[in-house]
Amino acid sequence: MTRQQVLDLYFLDARHKLIEIAAFLDRVDRGSGEADFRLDAFREAMKHLADGEPKRAETILMALSDPTREPIGIAPGKGAIGAWPGRS
Amino acid sequence: MRYIEPHAHMVSRVTDDYVAMVTSGCAAVCEPAFWAGFDRSSVQGFHDYFCQLTEYEPKRAARFGLPHFCWLCLNPKESEDAAFAKDVLAIVPQFLDRPTVLGIGEIGLNKNSRNELKVLEWHVDFAARHDQLILVHTPHLEDKFKGTRLTLDVLRADSRIRPERVIIDHVEEHTVKMVLDAGFWAGMTLYPETKCTPARAVDILDGYGQERLWLNSACDWGVSIPLNVPRTALEMRRRGWSAEAVDRVIYQNPVRFLSQSPRFRVE
Repeated sequence: MTRQQVLDLYFLDARHKLIEIAAFLDRVDRGSGEADFRLDAFREAMKHLADGEPKRAETILMALSDPTREPIGIAPGKGAIGAWPGRS
Repeated sequence: MRYIEPHAHMVSRVTDDYVAMVTSGCAAVCEPAFWAGFDRSSVQGFHDYFCQLTEYEPKRAARFGLPHFCWLCLNPKESEDAAFAKDVLAIVPQFLDRPTVLGIGEIGLNKNSRNELKVLEWHVDFAARHDQLILVHTPHLEDKFKGTRLTLDVLRADSRIRPERVIIDHVEEHTVKMVLDAGFWAGMTLYPETKCTPARAVDILDGYGQERLWLNSACDWGVSIPLNVPRTALEMRRRGWSAEAVDRVIYQNPVRFLSQSPRFRVE
């Protein structure tokens, strides 16, 4: 596809998601109390959006991933939360 | 348009979903064994579930002319209790010869714990001893990258495992390359919030080619869309893919992998 075709197909969708992220961050700012490591991870991952490097989706997924190799002792539960606390 | 739904948890879905899938071109559905949303309290609970997968659900699908196949195992969300997992694995041979069983799955890791890893190794050994195809679940979100690497380590350590007979599911941009480079098949799961969206799945197909990749909705009791495979076909067509290229990904590829089981047949 040409860049023009990509913009024609996806610009409005991407614009919508960008504004949703901005509104989410505004919502967090308006909230009370302390945030946790997820917000730090989110802000760090967001930097890759504007760094001009290719493979942004892969880079952001890695920024939110556990990069270690050793299995953990016991599963603490069943769910995942979307960011790795070990980076903070 | 025709397609295969190679990963769907139909026991969690309503009959209308079967109607929608068939009228959208679904030619066969395959159902891996998975977590029910709660832990079963006994081996008998798994026995009943395996009966549901091999007896009742194929009959329900057949009412709509849809061939239904399944995979059997103890899923990784219930594998922290290794002793219980061993007891469940012991009843699987009772079901292996049933006519719609394709292999062992969806096995794998959830939180990447030592017991999960041990149970994964048992399942891989079991599949190798019984010459079964393998379908692997990879963990969610922050655990996926690590879990995919650990899973590849387990599979590559067993010389009996032939990569072309193993599909590693739920790959995303950060895990697809390591899976394909190791010679395995890779599945992309199309979820509205996690895993891949249709647009990202087509990006991955554009970036990594269309060999050894399939698409699935993995629809279950959570937020999921049973028609996300045909919706992704629409995404391909919007980008100018030919009907033949779409067919190769959503029909021919899963047929090629699944036909390694003599039990898998589509009209």
